[in-house]
Amino acid sequence: MVKKIMTGNLAAAWGAKISRAEVIAAYPITPQTIIVEKLAKFISDGELNAEYLRVESEHSAMAACIATSQTGARTFTATSSQGLALMHEMLHWASGARTPIVMANVNRALAPPWNIWADHTDMMSQRDTGWIQFYAESNQEVLDTIINCYKLCEDRAIQLPAMVGLDAFYLSHTSEIVDIPDQDIADKFLPPYKAFYPLDVEHPLSVGSLAMPHQWYSEFRYKIYKSMEKVIPKLNKIEKEFNKEFGRNYTGSLDLYQVEDAEIILVAVGTVAGTVKDTVDYLRSKGLKVGVIRLRLFRPFPSEELIKALKNASFVGVLDRSFSFGNEGQIFSELKASLYQTNRDPLIKDFIVGIGGRDITTDTVKKIYENCQKCLKNKKIDQEIEWTNIKV
Amino acid sequence: MNRAGIPIEEYVCSGHSACPGCGALLVLRYVLKVLGKNTIVTSPACCFTAIAGMFPDTCMEVPLLYNAFETTAASASGIEAALKIKGKKDNTHVVAFAGDGGTADIGLQAISGALEDGHNIIYVCYDNEAYMNTGIQSSSLTPMGATTTTNPIGKEAGWKITPKKNMMDILVAHNIKYAATVNPSYPIDFVKKVEKAKATKGFSYIHAYSVCPTGWRYQPELGLEMGRLATETGAFPLYEVENGKYNITYKKKTKNVLEYYKLQGRFRHLSEDFINDVQAYIDQEWQKLILKEECSKK
Repeated sequence: MVKKIMTGNLAAAWGAKISRAEVIAAYPITPQTIIVEKLAKFISDGELNAEYLRVESEHSAMAACIATSQTGARTFTATSSQGLALMHEMLHWASGARTPIVMANVNRALAPPWNIWADHTDMMSQRDTGWIQFYAESNQEVLDTIINCYKLCEDRAIQLPAMVGLDAFYLSHTSEIVDIPDQDIADKFLPPYKAFYPLDVEHPLSVGSLAMPHQWYSEFRYKIYKSMEKVIPKLNKIEKEFNKEFGRNYTGSLDLYQVEDAEIILVAVGTVAGTVKDTVDYLRSKGLKVGVIRLRLFRPFPSEELIKALKNASFVGVLDRSFSFGNEGQIFSELKASLYQTNRDPLIKDFIVGIGGRDITTDTVKKIYENCQKCLKNKKIDQEIEWTNIKV
Repeated sequence: MNRAGIPIEEYVCSGHSACPGCGALLVLRYVLKVLGKNTIVTSPACCFTAIAGMFPDTCMEVPLLYNAFETTAASASGIEAALKIKGKKDNTHVVAFAGDGGTADIGLQAISGALEDGHNIIYVCYDNEAYMNTGIQSSSLTPMGATTTTNPIGKEAGWKITPKKNMMDILVAHNIKYAATVNPSYPIDFVKKVEKAKATKGFSYIHAYSVCPTGWRYQPELGLEMGRLATETGAFPLYEVENGKYNITYKKKTKNVLEYYKLQGRFRHLSEDFINDVQAYIDQEWQKLILKEECSKK
């Protein structure tokens, strides 16, 4: 076990290295580039035995990753924003082909206007591609989640790709102390990848051919649905083992902070949760019963876990760092849908925050909690969707 | 075992769903005869997707990976990289097999990338001169004068007036180690060139003439004759470029393009004037090719 000070980007590269990724196909994009630069350097220094494909676009990066994975190699890539959007077609392909690719995505806004700062629109837009989606809060979590993702995705019951989101600059370019797992222990935790049906001249198969409506297409898609259903229990099991081996305390799909007796709970993803937790500490010191739930996983959506965690809450505020135009914030929509089948009916409000990297301070969060308190007191929300800190 | 230098083994078997007289399947059949059992093929959306068979059936005796339309070269380079890291590349050939649209249009960027990145793959373009699988739309390899569903004959005009993109020149501009045009009507020449591609360490490119009776509108039994006419008129010259050196492998350009064009429904609307323009263009390209070959010898 070695502790180093490193950025989220370097932590992502270390995650791929410790996982012994065998092929990396990637294309540069700010603020991700440092991840693949570091991996290229690991390879050229002989510290990582892998092939690096210098492809000409993110679309080709994902296409190459799919083929390498289907040939039987453990595959990693990284991207961000426009790059992730360009991959969109191949993201569907990767899950359809049941390839356990792991990808780091530095969460960044989409143009125009150009903006390279933190925003979750890029990954939220890939919601329906069949990828497992994690959002990290710390650099340590970035590194650890990548290792756990390989273990999860390569499981025979899952066989799906996963992306790990890290907020642009808040994680990608910010240094923290990161504990690098021992390679020996990591190797025992994550044995070499063995594809179940690799391309092999000794056992020739045609992979990905035409499936007619009356035939097997629906069944292939049904099987993805069934595998996704198994992700959360499998993740809980894997993280339990990981926590034991590496001395961590990950808690599966949700990270709960002061929620047990909380009247007002905010639901957030990514780095903003840290600011919210600090604010919770401050408000608790003033006697307010507030808490926060951080979604670590957005796909599959942890509905049951959320319902359970919100069982005592009277007011739920959702912090969405992205927006579905013509509707509302994505987490807000999904959470409301989850609550619909229950007899729970807390007041619920959507706060659109931090779009295009606008800073979310403890002051912003305090004001949000205050607004929640006011609404709760009036037993009525003032508006369903509030874009915070907007100057127009 | 072989016949006239052509291996007898078959890696494309019966039960496929190609149209009668399909050139694409013949191209793949010859390619695999030369490359043999230790070959992995990757192919995008194209006629071959429909030809190879519907899940769970296949006509292929070697592994086949289907990929998305624009990704054939990226997919092939991915397979190659994975084989390399698994220590299996030395005895396995990776073939990218795509149509003219998947090669010269939507897949061009990925080819450029994979070629420059130095991947050891054999890229085979079967050129049937239009998007045939989607129902005969023009591609950038549709020849001058052809009508397609996106170049329909109307009251004013409509047929394709621009010439084919020169894929060989584009590939040669990347300093490719080996690139060749082949035509199943000349099987011995075809096989020799694939053997050279097989022996090449690095990216090699085979541009294959691929007849399409459905899209070109002629009787399917005329396929091999059509191929001979294409080469004898210079509409599809046979040559290779080895480390920058041009070598024309069939020099007898003896016939006028009219003889080739008049057999196909897709050219039936053309006026004598336009055919003359086509002839002038073909002659000019042929002269350029001869000059390139001469320059190579100096």
